[in-house]
Amino acid sequence: MRHWTLTYSSQTQALLWLPMILLALVLALIGVHVFDPKARRWTWKALAVIGVGMAVGQPFLALSWVPPEKYMGDTGRILYVHVPQVWMALIALTLNFGASLAFLLKKSWVSDALAEASAEVGVLFGAVGVTLGALWAKPTWGAYWTWDARLTTAAILLVVYSGYLALRKFIEDPEKRATWSAVVGIFAAVDIPVLWFSVKWWRSMHQTQSNPSTVDPLMTAVLRYSATAFLALLAVFIYQRFLVASAKRNEEVALPEALPAVGGTP
Amino acid sequence: MSQPAAIEVVDVSKRFGPRWAVARLTFTLATGRALLLTGHNGSGKTTLLRMLATATFPTAGHIRLFGQETRAERAALRDEVALLSHASFLYEDLSAEQNLTLVARLRGVPQAKAAVAALLDKVGLTTRSDSPARHFSAGMRKRLAIARLLLKRPKLALLDEPFGELDPAGIRQMEALIRELKDGGTGVVLATHLVEQGQSLTDERLHLENGRAVGAQA
Amino acid sequence: MSGHPKILAGAFEVLRKDLLIEWRTRARLNALIFFSLATLLLFSFALGPDSELLRKNAAGYYWLGILMASVLSLGESFRIETENLALDGLRLIPTDPRAVFLGKAFGNAVMLWLLSLIVLPVMVALYDVTIREGVAQLAGLLFLGCLGISAPGTVYAAIASNARARDVLLPLLLFPVLLPSLLASVKATGLIFEGDPMLQLRSWVGLLASFNVLYWGLGFVLFPKIIEDD
Repeated sequence: MRHWTLTYSSQTQALLWLPMILLALVLALIGVHVFDPKARRWTWKALAVIGVGMAVGQPFLALSWVPPEKYMGDTGRILYVHVPQVWMALIALTLNFGASLAFLLKKSWVSDALAEASAEVGVLFGAVGVTLGALWAKPTWGAYWTWDARLTTAAILLVVYSGYLALRKFIEDPEKRATWSAVVGIFAAVDIPVLWFSVKWWRSMHQTQSNPSTVDPLMTAVLRYSATAFLALLAVFIYQRFLVASAKRNEEVALPEALPAVGGTP
Repeated sequence: MSQPAAIEVVDVSKRFGPRWAVARLTFTLATGRALLLTGHNGSGKTTLLRMLATATFPTAGHIRLFGQETRAERAALRDEVALLSHASFLYEDLSAEQNLTLVARLRGVPQAKAAVAALLDKVGLTTRSDSPARHFSAGMRKRLAIARLLLKRPKLALLDEPFGELDPAGIRQMEALIRELKDGGTGVVLATHLVEQGQSLTDERLHLENGRAVGAQA
Repeated sequence: MSGHPKILAGAFEVLRKDLLIEWRTRARLNALIFFSLATLLLFSFALGPDSELLRKNAAGYYWLGILMASVLSLGESFRIETENLALDGLRLIPTDPRAVFLGKAFGNAVMLWLLSLIVLPVMVALYDVTIREGVAQLAGLLFLGCLGISAPGTVYAAIASNARARDVLLPLLLFPVLLPSLLASVKATGLIFEGDPMLQLRSWVGLLASFNVLYWGLGFVLFPKIIEDD
């Protein structure tokens, strides 16, 4: 069993670059998807293939290929899923903030649908991340729930955005729903750093964030690999959820092009 | 054209969810004229009046009052346009006098106390000026809402069913009041089911059905 | 057209109106006081007659009592605005929507503050608390904490008042967002009760003050989006 060795064969060294290359590919695909509407027919499929393919390989890498962590042993392996899941939740919720802000600056059903999609997918990833964090905490700290700053913040975050999603369900008028949820989205997003800071002051016993240079490069590589896989899946989830939200919005509101004809009774 | 029209509605549509409450409506009303607005319940009268009052804004199209666009110039226009709506806008827990004083102070009416007392007298509520609005009958609320509207003479008065809930004496008073507004140069839009009464008070008529104008403008 | 003096003047009128309504409906305020007293009593029943535990956590229970009451009073402050569409009437007078925010949020803070001061002696007796750092400091801190509740509270109450299931929605939206202010308020109040040998009070109060600046700024900018229908 290898432990904390920092020298690897050149073959392994080359392999360590793989996650970065895949990440670049995923980011490029997302970029094309965002900026070229015509490409959207295939970009999401490509992302889905990459995401699912990488996710299938992920258990092998995280459970067997990478050596166990020096202090945490095998339980530390859960972090290869927990950490990127929480990252993805934060990306999705940041997107929700952007979409909310965009809606308030210029009304558009696109940003409203994107806000809905990103919040829901963000809550999904966040819920998985927090659950895994609790599972990891049991053998590591001796209890499922420790009132550590990061875990607590993440949990409250889930409550905040569950409230956001509930609000969306409780308002029937689409325009009011869009405006009000955008306001709540902005309040919630501004609250994240505030919450994080105050809970940290209040109590903290979470591991300080590891700097990649102090961690075994193999571990970093697997973490990056997992994050890339989840990022591809995140993009696909949000896009599909966005399509559903847009279709709903189309059904709810007659869009401007459906403006009734001049004169006469219908 | 020396003076911009009091109301200029250009291809206005308003959507509530999947429904068009007002659809592709276009009309103008010259300054100093009075318009009768008719139509069944749900034909879009109230929505149109709310848009004219800058309480809400068109989904498509433009409304200009005295040459000013409602969405952009709402702050200035609200000072000149008054709406008498189905909802009385009254605070139930404040007395008649306190309700009016609040509006008077916010509008910057000079000598608010005297102005409020005079208006309460005018609508016949002086004896009840200290009772909370909660204890008022529908007709009394209407009178109080009218007093609220008259605190500062508007350039354009939008009246949504002003005769509703009033007794015969109240209706006569209301007619006199509308004439008084008109004679003072205030533009009037009057939405009512009482077509005959309405026609005797107005110069033009607009009939709405399903949010659309029906028939030629008189 | 609408300079700062005009916003402040409008805010003052809205505040005056809200306080006047509260005064005319004192029965409602009384009910609210008894509600928070009942909450404080419930905490002691739920935790058993362990007076040491109660004294140690008094600040937390006290603020929870205020928080529970705040949801009711915030909801009430917008119920009077939805009745007869009074809020529409207010903005058509015209009143600057930001003035409405400032007036209502400040009014809500004042009401909560009064409530907390009225409940204070009972809380002190009930939990056997000593106020070591001075009553004036405590009153100031309570007001700062109430301001921290009322700014986001006013924004969220305006939203919830127009939604279905508003009674569930308001606390669901509001409580998690209020957590930072609540944490800071509870910590600072606890230090005032227990004494502050490490001189931590200043930093908690500073934290609470900066949350206030943030929430009041956000509310000031975003509130018009909620009540203007465009």
